[in-house]
Amino acid sequence: MDNKTIAAIATAQGEGGIGVIRISGGKAIEIADKVFRSVNDKKLSGLKGYSAAFGHIVKDNEAVDECVAMVFREPKSYTGEDVVELSCHGGLFITREVLRIVLDEGAILAQAGEFTKRAFLNGKMDLTEAEAVADIISAKSRIAARAALCAKEGALWNKIEAVKNKLVATAAHLSAWADYPDEDIEEVSTDNLSASFIEVKGALDDLLSTYDKGQIIKEGIDTVIAGKPNAGKSTLMNLLSGHDRSIVTEIPGTTRDIIEEKALVGDVVLRLSDTAGIRDTEDTVEKIGVDLAKQRLRNSGLVLAVFDSSEKLDQNDYDLIEAVKDLETVAVINKDDLESKIDENDIKSKIKRVVKLSAKTGEGRDSLEKIITEIAGTENFNPSEGILANERQRQAALNARDSLNEAIESLNMGMTFDAVGVALEDAIGYILELSGERVSDVVVDNVFHNFCVGK
Amino acid sequence: MNYLAGQFDIAVIGAGHAGIEAALAAARLGCKTVVFTINMDAVGNCPCNPSIGGTAKGHLVREIDALGGEMGKTADECFLQSRMLNRGKGPAVHSLRAQIDRRKYSDVMKHKLELQENLELHQAEITDIKKDENGYTVTTRMLGEYKVKAVIIATGTYLGGRIFVGEVSYESGPDGIFPASFLGQSLKDLGLPLRRFKTGTPARVLRSSIDFSDLEEQLGDEPPIPFSYDTEELGENKIKCHISWTNEKTKEIILENIKRSPLYGGKIEGVGPRYCPSLEDKIVRFAEKKRHQLFIEPCGLDTEEMYLQGMSSSLPEEVQVKFYRTIKGLENCVIMRPAYAIEYDCVDPTEMKATLEFKRFEGLYGAGQFNGSSGYEEAAAQGLIAGINAALKIHGKDELVLDRSTSYIGTLIDDLVTKGANEPYRMMTSRSEYRLVLRQDNADVRLTPVGRKIGLISDDRWNRFNRKQELKAEEIKRISKVVIPPSDEINKILVSRETSQLTTGAKLIDLLRRPQLSYEDLAPIDTTRPELDSNIFEQVEIEVKYAGYIEKQLKQVEQMQRLENKKLPENMNYTEIKGLRLEAQEKLNKIKPLNIGQASRISGVSPADINVLLIWLGQKRR
Repeated sequence: MDNKTIAAIATAQGEGGIGVIRISGGKAIEIADKVFRSVNDKKLSGLKGYSAAFGHIVKDNEAVDECVAMVFREPKSYTGEDVVELSCHGGLFITREVLRIVLDEGAILAQAGEFTKRAFLNGKMDLTEAEAVADIISAKSRIAARAALCAKEGALWNKIEAVKNKLVATAAHLSAWADYPDEDIEEVSTDNLSASFIEVKGALDDLLSTYDKGQIIKEGIDTVIAGKPNAGKSTLMNLLSGHDRSIVTEIPGTTRDIIEEKALVGDVVLRLSDTAGIRDTEDTVEKIGVDLAKQRLRNSGLVLAVFDSSEKLDQNDYDLIEAVKDLETVAVINKDDLESKIDENDIKSKIKRVVKLSAKTGEGRDSLEKIITEIAGTENFNPSEGILANERQRQAALNARDSLNEAIESLNMGMTFDAVGVALEDAIGYILELSGERVSDVVVDNVFHNFCVGK
Repeated sequence: MNYLAGQFDIAVIGAGHAGIEAALAAARLGCKTVVFTINMDAVGNCPCNPSIGGTAKGHLVREIDALGGEMGKTADECFLQSRMLNRGKGPAVHSLRAQIDRRKYSDVMKHKLELQENLELHQAEITDIKKDENGYTVTTRMLGEYKVKAVIIATGTYLGGRIFVGEVSYESGPDGIFPASFLGQSLKDLGLPLRRFKTGTPARVLRSSIDFSDLEEQLGDEPPIPFSYDTEELGENKIKCHISWTNEKTKEIILENIKRSPLYGGKIEGVGPRYCPSLEDKIVRFAEKKRHQLFIEPCGLDTEEMYLQGMSSSLPEEVQVKFYRTIKGLENCVIMRPAYAIEYDCVDPTEMKATLEFKRFEGLYGAGQFNGSSGYEEAAAQGLIAGINAALKIHGKDELVLDRSTSYIGTLIDDLVTKGANEPYRMMTSRSEYRLVLRQDNADVRLTPVGRKIGLISDDRWNRFNRKQELKAEEIKRISKVVIPPSDEINKILVSRETSQLTTGAKLIDLLRRPQLSYEDLAPIDTTRPELDSNIFEQVEIEVKYAGYIEKQLKQVEQMQRLENKKLPENMNYTEIKGLRLEAQEKLNKIKPLNIGQASRISGVSPADINVLLIWLGQKRR
């Protein structure tokens, strides 16, 4: 185990009433004692867990700030290690200063999610909980944070539980039926088994379908803004990304022709990229750029095709319409503030979703937001339903579904139920993998609980 | 005055199913062995059902036989009726059960002990076990002292035994035999904490008082299949069993008198098994069930006692008479022995290693009900392993630990020593995660090489085993080559089995792969089939038909082995590993698992704790 003592500012950075610096690790209390002096001169090392002391943060014998120090002793803390939380006055300067003093005394700056990682490794939370905390930390939109919070509070858990219980009940019935041939236990029929497998498979399908939504919510949609030069791509990009500067980060483009940015539109994060125009060209260098742009379009989750309503559609526009007509596309008819010369029907006949707006004035942004939310499928998404949030969970659910398919296939082939049971228990194993538990006893206990068996 | 009565390598306390296997194995492996029984006429007694085997238990008997134990052979010699249970439910859960002549079984086992070289059988109650520098001293009620290197405790329900029938209770072993009243205190003094478990048995009734005319018969298989790979033929089934049902009236009488049950009245502190509840238990717990099934089974050929399987009870004798007589066929039944519950002392099996030696007491072993299990077969399996390990240790050889993927025996012992037993532990097929590999038909393939290595398989038997494997391989080769051309004859068979007809030739092995077709079905068209032991055909058919599933399980076994191969140090102090939760530290310190696999099966050790252990192991290696 990594025994280094870590520290970080645990509250939001900015102006607030209180700022908390959290220190965790074997030397947390020792380090805190070096930076904190209590008013009654008692050392924190003399305190029991769950107790607090009032005093000052001191640096070179001078008080930097007033402070309440909370002591948590392992394993009863968030991370499972010794933890000290120093609550000082809020404010960027003070909290950073206190953190700097703590780091000077030997703590190491915590990496993102490291407290949670330690909590997980120390058995303070199970895998899905830990994953959820990690997701909360990295959530990019409100809905993502809400979904992650629900995962931690067991929405995903409940969904998995429901699937698991159904499978365990079936396995228990099979076991009781096999282990107690003399008892009056309801015969297991192929039809009943098949029906319950198909039901659970349906639930797994539902769960798996949440993965894509989950990805959209967590990672955002890969969005390409396409259009000829001067159609207003950059202005649109600014309009969209300018909405909430605090969560938008700028990433240098991979080529000079592609610029990436993240934007929050409604509840959906868009990973925006601007591309070179799509047009036929003989120029070799330019052709590479165009091919790249086309490929980019094909790989995207959403295309915003921008047209200039103040001009008639030209060949470039028609090329673009052809390139995107089969993709998930919104045609954005820009410059709605100017006089319209465009033939909208040529666009509408090929592209289903059309929005008119003015990127410059922001007029029509709401309509675009509504359409994007619709496409992302997050409109009616209830985060408390629980979603498969990551690849590990998805793989486990996929494996469970594959095993169930095998079980169904074995049944259809007319195999005996012990062989079907192999696939069934495999499925249970994967579900338990998904939730982070283990098997067999569950089945045995269920046998006893639900069946009258005896000597 | 105590006197020195003898010096032996190994003392076995108890000559029930565990003690017998332990004593025979130890003596056969060359250890001078003494075995004590409280009553010479109770050797190999079957105080409950007059049958051996059953689901998962049949697997255990086959495995005991494959390793060189005695239970299967003796059951075959005393067989009255034999049935392969779960035919049609798949080969993994096929289980053999034989009704046996219980007096004969006891006599045959006693005689085998008497004839065994290196073995002495004594009627004596052991009152004391003391550890000394060379091993142990065990003392009999007659003040005889035996100096031994190792002791195997197999006291069954005798240790502190107490019988309950309604308001009546008294100290007793099973079947009215004396209990072991002193040994418990001696074990406590030695430092072994004991606890109370409970079990029970139904009444035995007089055959002539039963009206069989309206009862459904239960017949044996024809031909009956033996347990032992050594038994060639069993002859014909000798008895019939019968089936009847309880009814609303039975339920009414039991509910009226439920307060008179010592269990519901709170007199019994012992924990009983959920899976063999008394009839009153079933009626209370499964109130919605209107009726419960029972089997009427003869106890032997020379007795008129009939066993009422499913009807165990600890209600007063007076109430027993009333409720048994509500059952169809039993309206005028005469009870020869009343049903009773028995409470006894046993140990927490997590005190033991997988060799069944106590972690804190070198040379002290436990087996059977003393270890918290239930059932003749579970007892015999542990007795065999305890006897083998005591002998191997004395000879300075590597001890025997069977892992879960090799056998039900390994699964049983791993469950006991890893998870402990909160109630008498019964073997069930659902306890094994490798059912399709651990079948009753292939116990010899899995374990006879192990038995041979230990020294319990004779040259003769070993040669026969190898010959059988050769014949089996030849047969698989043959069916892989033989091509059956399409013909009216084969297609008629295929149609009758509801599977698709042949239009081109098909290999025999591919036909056998079809779930709808058996070896027997194909006999008419399989003209080159050799005469072989039926067990060979059985194994070949299963291995061909279930190849894909078996392969899948073997992969699971492989995965498990990865965790089993991550060894944990024996003298590890888990308090020192940071990050383990307190409960996990305590459990790990108590169980001292051999490897990560075993650690992961301990209740109270979470996957998060296993992660911590894995990370710790990884760092240690670096």
